[in-house]
Amino acid sequence: MNFYLVQFLAGLASAASLFLVSSGLSIIFGVTRIVNFAHGAFYMLGAYVAYSLTERLSGALGFWGGIVVAALVVALVGALLEMLLLRRIYRAPELFQLLATFGLTLAAEDLSLLIWGPEDLLGRRAPGFRGAVDVMGLPFPSYDLFLIGIGPLVLLLLFLLFRRTRWGVLVRAATQDREMVAALGVNQKWLFTSVFTLGVFLAALGGALQLPREAVTHQMDLRIITEVFVVVVIGGLGNVVGAFLAAILVSELNAFGILIFPKISLILVFLVMALVLVIRPMGLLGKAEGPTRAHASAAAPWRPLDGSVRLLVMAAVILAALLPFAAGDYALSVASELLIFMLYAASLHFLISTGGLVSFGHAAYFGLGSYGAAIAVKSFGAPMLAALIAGPLLGCLGALLFGWFCVRLSGVYFAMLTLAFAQIAWSVAFQWNAVTGGDNGLLGLWPAAFVATPARFYWLTLALVVPAIAVLRLIVFSPFGYAFRAVRDSQLRSAAIGLDRQPIQWASFVVAGTFAALAGALYTFSKGSVFPDNLGIPLSVDGLVMVLLGGIETVSGGIVGALVFKALSIWLTSQTDYSKLALGALIVALVVAFPKGIVGAIEGLGGRKVRP
Amino acid sequence: MKKLQSILVAGIVFVCLPTIATSVSAQDKIKIGEINSYSALPAFTEPYRKGWQLAIEEINAKGGVNGKMLEVISKDDGGKPGDAVTTANELVSKDGVVMLTGTFFSHIGLAVADFANQKKILFIAAEPLTDAITWSKGNRYTFRLRPSNYVQAAMLAEEASKLPAKKWATVAPNYEYGQSAVAVFKQLLSAKRPDIQWVDEQWPPQGKIDAGAITQAVAKAEPEAILNVTFGADLTKFVREGNTRGLFKDRPVVSFLTGEPEYLDPLKEETPEGWIVTGYPWSGVKTPEHDAFLKAYQAKFNDYPRLGSVVGYATMMSAAAALAKANSTDSEKLVDAAEGLEVKTPFGPVTYRKSDHNSTLGAFVGKTSQKDGKGVMVDFTYRDGLKYLPSDEEVKKLRPAQ
Repeated sequence: MNFYLVQFLAGLASAASLFLVSSGLSIIFGVTRIVNFAHGAFYMLGAYVAYSLTERLSGALGFWGGIVVAALVVALVGALLEMLLLRRIYRAPELFQLLATFGLTLAAEDLSLLIWGPEDLLGRRAPGFRGAVDVMGLPFPSYDLFLIGIGPLVLLLLFLLFRRTRWGVLVRAATQDREMVAALGVNQKWLFTSVFTLGVFLAALGGALQLPREAVTHQMDLRIITEVFVVVVIGGLGNVVGAFLAAILVSELNAFGILIFPKISLILVFLVMALVLVIRPMGLLGKAEGPTRAHASAAAPWRPLDGSVRLLVMAAVILAALLPFAAGDYALSVASELLIFMLYAASLHFLISTGGLVSFGHAAYFGLGSYGAAIAVKSFGAPMLAALIAGPLLGCLGALLFGWFCVRLSGVYFAMLTLAFAQIAWSVAFQWNAVTGGDNGLLGLWPAAFVATPARFYWLTLALVVPAIAVLRLIVFSPFGYAFRAVRDSQLRSAAIGLDRQPIQWASFVVAGTFAALAGALYTFSKGSVFPDNLGIPLSVDGLVMVLLGGIETVSGGIVGALVFKALSIWLTSQTDYSKLALGALIVALVVAFPKGIVGAIEGLGGRKVRP
Repeated sequence: MKKLQSILVAGIVFVCLPTIATSVSAQDKIKIGEINSYSALPAFTEPYRKGWQLAIEEINAKGGVNGKMLEVISKDDGGKPGDAVTTANELVSKDGVVMLTGTFFSHIGLAVADFANQKKILFIAAEPLTDAITWSKGNRYTFRLRPSNYVQAAMLAEEASKLPAKKWATVAPNYEYGQSAVAVFKQLLSAKRPDIQWVDEQWPPQGKIDAGAITQAVAKAEPEAILNVTFGADLTKFVREGNTRGLFKDRPVVSFLTGEPEYLDPLKEETPEGWIVTGYPWSGVKTPEHDAFLKAYQAKFNDYPRLGSVVGYATMMSAAAALAKANSTDSEKLVDAAEGLEVKTPFGPVTYRKSDHNSTLGAFVGKTSQKDGKGVMVDFTYRDGLKYLPSDEEVKKLRPAQ
């Protein structure tokens, strides 16, 4: 019995640090609607700055002062970034700010490497909380008890702040309906800046308070960011009490889960999130979002390509087909890879732009496609062409299954459920050694003899990718595509004319998943091997970045985004060890220069100036 | 805004131009392609890079190999197997290297090994520990330098069998490395000591250990000894929680790799006393080969070597030795030369076995201790890898038929 109590306390201690970081993210999202990917980076910076301060300052005051000052310093950095960067892009299409914060995260990782060096840094133990205390006969770290106290204390302070101050009233009002708050004459600029600063302060404080518990590393940010998103979504977006409950739920399930299934930690949070969202589509304490006013119609209506542009595209395809006569083997292999990612991005772009369905887990279908092809070859001895059918088939089945659940939700909840399913698929690939080879992957999957040279494989890729992208475009301008766009723009009106949202979105989800899987199957043969990375979060994020970079309000911007992003990342990785810093800085610059994405900006320059 | 756009476009064009006009380099050089996770794991790969840089400097100072200077083209793989294959392809197809070396992660090592097999080019895998790379997924073109998972487990199991403990618990990261480390250790220890019981196993996800809960779960099983396979940030967290909760008090711990400076140094004052570990006590090794290496390394970099430095140094020495023995840059001749190749390393001479392409590089086995607030290894001895590798007949069954 005593053991279970102590295990419960250990869970509470983990929950406390998780809650601090999550509460900040939840507040920021609630008011500004920014999916702040950089939240993990602020957490990491908090820990690094706290390390530097506490190593220099002495005594108890030095330590605790160092922790608080570190959080304040990082909050200041956050405020500056909000004013200099995010303020410029609040008017950009939805989710575009994600791209900026993603760029910041990439840059922050390399910057912390340059400043603090590559080695893990282990900070001091907290003065006054060095040892263990006796809890019913078992030793329990006193610092963990301190953390258990901090969680509810922060919750209480936030509660008072939101309920007892005018600022808190404004924040709550903005969380519910920010357009109305703006209409009533509240200065949104400073409200957003202050909220963002508070959120960053909480993240940095969470990081700084980890100092006595773990080493500071430059991978801390990515280790926590997904978990924090999950906690925020389980709790209900923008709901701090929900985040608190979710943090406890997740941590306690983990603390006790490992007693029965020691391997459960890998996937637990995502299982919990999937379950919660299937039962409660708005999270534990989330409420339905306020009435959405039409916002999607800012862009000009889409049209099929007109004659001259069509000729240009055809010329580009012909030029691409002639590439093997001019380029070497390496360039052709890279070109094949670019084509594959263009298809991957185009399939995600179809989902996001045409349907307004933002998927955070699109890599699942890319990965299912690559595993489908690989398993067809390895387990069933299928030839390559059959494998290129088996891959998309598996992706299609996966999208059918996962999509059925996902389209029941909308907005960020939809996005997070796709992420949960992607992680579940990833963990299956990671664990099922007999079939997927686990972490060691499946090897020896090279193209068949008739396409063995880089030139031939490139032609095969081109011959599959170009028609696939063309079909996606055809669907956009088909009656089905119009219906898909209608349910995106106005659910009420489309329901009134007899369009049933869920089946339409489900079908589109399957279409997007199948095309992504085709890209994945091709990827398998271009690399010769398959690893769980093909289903991983980084690949899903890459897809989002490609789409956003290309321009979310365009018909096919994702293709250009994929070309630019993938070419840059391959080239930078080859040129420098600080490719993340260069790529991150470049993304931030692109975000500021092209708030409508690259293709959006080009269209803006051209003749389509029919904007209001 | 328009101005910013045009500046950006001009900038991108300007930056991209030089790559289009890449020049062809001199003919009197032998180019070696080197890939590692420099951006993803700098704590390990920086010392590694210094190691091979020192080796190249020494080789070229003596006039190179076969009258030609060696040139290393080094690339980052970003910690992703797909990118590693792209990079390997760039090195082989565009830069025209005669062999590939490097990699740290096991899965990346496997991806590059498979690529090397496809392109029929020699690959010396420097750091990957997985047994698969030379056994179940072994191929003609791939060789591996570092003492493998199996060898590390065999060394530790030998020490563990001398302990009186009968009830064991294991803590290992939940992926192939941790799983096979535990499996081999269990198999070898149980063979020596049939009386041993395995009372608990914990599988924290790599990089995301919930150390408090894990520590208590292990303590609850009341093992008499513990096997640890976690490393890096997970290890630090586990050790701190375990120290606070008294998990390691009067309980022997056997731990993979913890004696390597890369993992031992960050522990500082938390370094546990008396863990039985494999590693590299750089300040205590007193052999002529190591002294020479240590002096040269410290003179060049003003820093002490990590295990990665030794591995990087020995990798490039192996590459040079293979080139010298083959007296050619032809892939097939290089592979033939690498089979049975003898190389001098800071740990003494090693051989790449013809039977399974594993080198016989060994490791130091000793105990952890604290000195002036820093972790050190004490009571250590060097164990030759050959003593712990299975015999040629046994590995023949493990490798796929050529």
